[in-house]
Amino acid sequence: MSVADSTTQPRPARGPGSVAPSAPPAPSLAPHEAETLEQTWRDPPGIIGWFAAVNHKTISLRFMVTTFLFFIAGGLLALAIRLQLARPDGKLAGPDLYNQLFTMHGSTMMFLFAVPVMQAVATYLVPLMIGARSVAFPRMNAFAYWIFTLGGLMLFIAFFMGIGPDAGWFAYVPLSGPQYSPGKRVDFWAQMITFTELSAIMEAIVLITTIFKMRAPGMTLNRMPLFVWTMLAASFMVLFAMPAVMLGSTALITDRLVGTHFYNPGEGGDALLWQHLFWFFGHPEVYLIFIPPLGFMSSIIATFSRRPIVGYSAMVLALIGTAFFAFGLWVHHMFATNLPELGKTFFTAASLMIAIPTALQIFCWIATLWSGRISFKTPLLFVLAFFVILLAGGLTGLMLASVSLDTQLHDSFFVVAHLHYVLMGGAVFPLFGAFYYWFPKFTGRLLSERLGKWQFWLFFIGFNVAFFPMHVLGLQGMPRRIYTYPEEMGWGSLNMVATAGAFMIGASVLLFIVNVARSRRHGAPAGPNPWGAGTLEWSVASPPPAGNFEMVPIVYGRYPLWEKPRLPSHVAGLINEHREVLITSVADAELDHRLWLPASSYWPFLSALAVTALFVGSIFTPWAVVWAAVPVAIGTTMWFWPKRSTSDMRVASEQHPELFK
Amino acid sequence: MSDKARHQPDPAVGVRMENAPGGGQGGVPVNGRNSAQDSAQNSAADAVSEAGANTAPGAEPGATAGAGPQAPSATLDVSCLPTFAFGHRSPMWWGTLGLMVVEGTVFALAVMSYFYLRSHSSAWPMTGLPPDLLWGGVNTAIMLASLVPNHFAKRAAERLDLQKVRLWMVACMIVSLAFLGVRVLEFTTLNTRWDSDAYGSAVWMLMGLHTTHLITDAYDSLVLTVLMFTGPLEGKRFVDVSENAGYWYFVVFSWIPIYAVIYWGARI
Repeated sequence: MSVADSTTQPRPARGPGSVAPSAPPAPSLAPHEAETLEQTWRDPPGIIGWFAAVNHKTISLRFMVTTFLFFIAGGLLALAIRLQLARPDGKLAGPDLYNQLFTMHGSTMMFLFAVPVMQAVATYLVPLMIGARSVAFPRMNAFAYWIFTLGGLMLFIAFFMGIGPDAGWFAYVPLSGPQYSPGKRVDFWAQMITFTELSAIMEAIVLITTIFKMRAPGMTLNRMPLFVWTMLAASFMVLFAMPAVMLGSTALITDRLVGTHFYNPGEGGDALLWQHLFWFFGHPEVYLIFIPPLGFMSSIIATFSRRPIVGYSAMVLALIGTAFFAFGLWVHHMFATNLPELGKTFFTAASLMIAIPTALQIFCWIATLWSGRISFKTPLLFVLAFFVILLAGGLTGLMLASVSLDTQLHDSFFVVAHLHYVLMGGAVFPLFGAFYYWFPKFTGRLLSERLGKWQFWLFFIGFNVAFFPMHVLGLQGMPRRIYTYPEEMGWGSLNMVATAGAFMIGASVLLFIVNVARSRRHGAPAGPNPWGAGTLEWSVASPPPAGNFEMVPIVYGRYPLWEKPRLPSHVAGLINEHREVLITSVADAELDHRLWLPASSYWPFLSALAVTALFVGSIFTPWAVVWAAVPVAIGTTMWFWPKRSTSDMRVASEQHPELFK
Repeated sequence: MSDKARHQPDPAVGVRMENAPGGGQGGVPVNGRNSAQDSAQNSAADAVSEAGANTAPGAEPGATAGAGPQAPSATLDVSCLPTFAFGHRSPMWWGTLGLMVVEGTVFALAVMSYFYLRSHSSAWPMTGLPPDLLWGGVNTAIMLASLVPNHFAKRAAERLDLQKVRLWMVACMIVSLAFLGVRVLEFTTLNTRWDSDAYGSAVWMLMGLHTTHLITDAYDSLVLTVLMFTGPLEGKRFVDVSENAGYWYFVVFSWIPIYAVIYWGARI
């Protein structure tokens, strides 16, 4: 094992400023070979080429932009909610529109933004961080993007046609059942779940396989960047969590469309079954949103403290612990139901216990910051805000983990405040930090620091102004999901304050958009490694070439760019004319084989269209599952069917593995 | 191969090699091969790449290079590595495993839902009779029998034996016709409908989920079988056959608990 190796890794003796220039000149390809490699990995031109793109960076950028657009849409919905609640007896929205507004806001932020944006960022960064030229299944990656986008569009089209879902983002039965929600509204919601969870599951499989099999030689599990660890943990969680909500929403839609009785107490069904299935997914989902940002944190803190993260092994174990415990908490969303007291006690204990690994990580980061030499750039500001806001959200979480207190605060604005502190503090703040940090890698230009600091302070102050009063409102008894309230309740002034804060957040996000739009063209050129960071994504040009690495690096430690170069430093012998990647072993990243990945293809897009026809069609007639299966089968078969010219070339240069006798 | 130039000595590499353990021979063309010698046999002399190609346990590239008999090279030649591999060495194996985990979780949760509903009901089945045992039993036997041609198809694929792959894949297709046909008979003897009561819903959900897997697996296998006759073929396609057979195992073995639940969960 290489433990000794990595524990004796050299501390970067020099600050980032001096590290980057002293990085060794790597062996490189001749210009015409680099051009060949670029051509090989580039996406085809033209409109058809646009739909055929499979390069992981292209797909990931589209994925990030799409999720960000959904974030804007969800934010605008939130502003509409805040405007309605700003004063007593608000007249802006009636109860029906208000129900759609909060359902759309919650569903958009949870299913169309928070989980997918993490996977979107990861499909860009993970291959670059592990020294790979691509993700493992590039066409499946593209398919996952298309299916996600089409599902999100379907939901918003329904909303703009006035038939948006209105049963809340967790769509409790019996409210969402056929009796109390006739029409198609909840069906769109349930199928949106099918779209987005299918996409998330595929992305998880892509990421797990990429991380396990495509790391550069020498990058043992023990040397993987912590962000890659977080994505590995989160992807495994997806595999076990998402099926629950897919099964639950399928049962919901069959209850609504073909008369099954899963949730119908009149025929032996049970409404609580929905809550169990939903929260068995829903609680892990909180950690799906929260764990990847822990990786952003570890990347940003190491770079801006100019030293490796303290307690790498402790961090990894804490991550895995969090991922496990996350599956033992779901019942704490159901304390207000008639579950056995013993069960509630168990889940209270589990809910308190998950604070331990989280605290462990926070202490490791504090130790890193304490012993490092801090450089206060915008990314670090967002990360530091995490400590304040997540801590506050975590503390109210401890309060809600107590059954007695939870019963009092259930369904009040206290819960709204808590979940926004956790999700915004745990995910959105680090995510903005991550955008400031990696934007130069995506575009080759730095975001403006001045606008960045303005954005940060507007966001930080606006957030607390918007959400802190909601704790008080909740304690004063204001229930969530009411479209208005009478003046006598005395909630008017705090609600007005919250609305003002919400508009500060809106202004802050607007500044971010301005910053991105300006810096994309006029920002300071970044160069490969503007922050003096230590991980592999900073060893290549910004933006990276189509094939990521001209020559695949060989890795000897956790922060390759901060360490003394060792030989051999790079891999030679991969073919430039085809999308050939190096496959390595799972634990120790030893050389295994070379593999040609499939080229660009528009069939994943066409297959996604066919699957969309199937899912949307099934809302209107169960027979759509039968007739739309035909185009789905054709699409996926064409997607798989190999090209003879490529196969012939491969056969000509094939080298067999050792076979069984 | 047009990328011979990457093996040209790079002066920059030479400078850096002086830092390396046992270095100091900078500028020597590393892993030098000319384009005429571009086959596995001819570069066998390269100790570094051999170590890699054999994937010997513990053959960490860095260690090999540092301690090897040759001077450390700036690059590690991987051109002798195989171009495909079976089992957990292949990304396809991991992708298939991921699907199995997801679908296994769906099955497990559907079974749990079944028992959750059963625990809230005084009678189970709520009305009527449990499913008839005949066709479920017959189909279980057929599916278990399908493991035989499936096993031989997998074995033949892992030996790159195209003739036997064709033979056993066709055998698998015939068996899959049998179990899909009997599955229709199973549906007719469940003695409940999906809209009768919650019991019927749970039974039909389990049956529907598993039948979806039978259909998609049979279709996947059909596409691969056709490909085995028409081509284009390459080593990677045998990996596909092997993984498809692995997935077939999953579909059959996941039926055992579902069979037990559907046919015996309503009896015991």
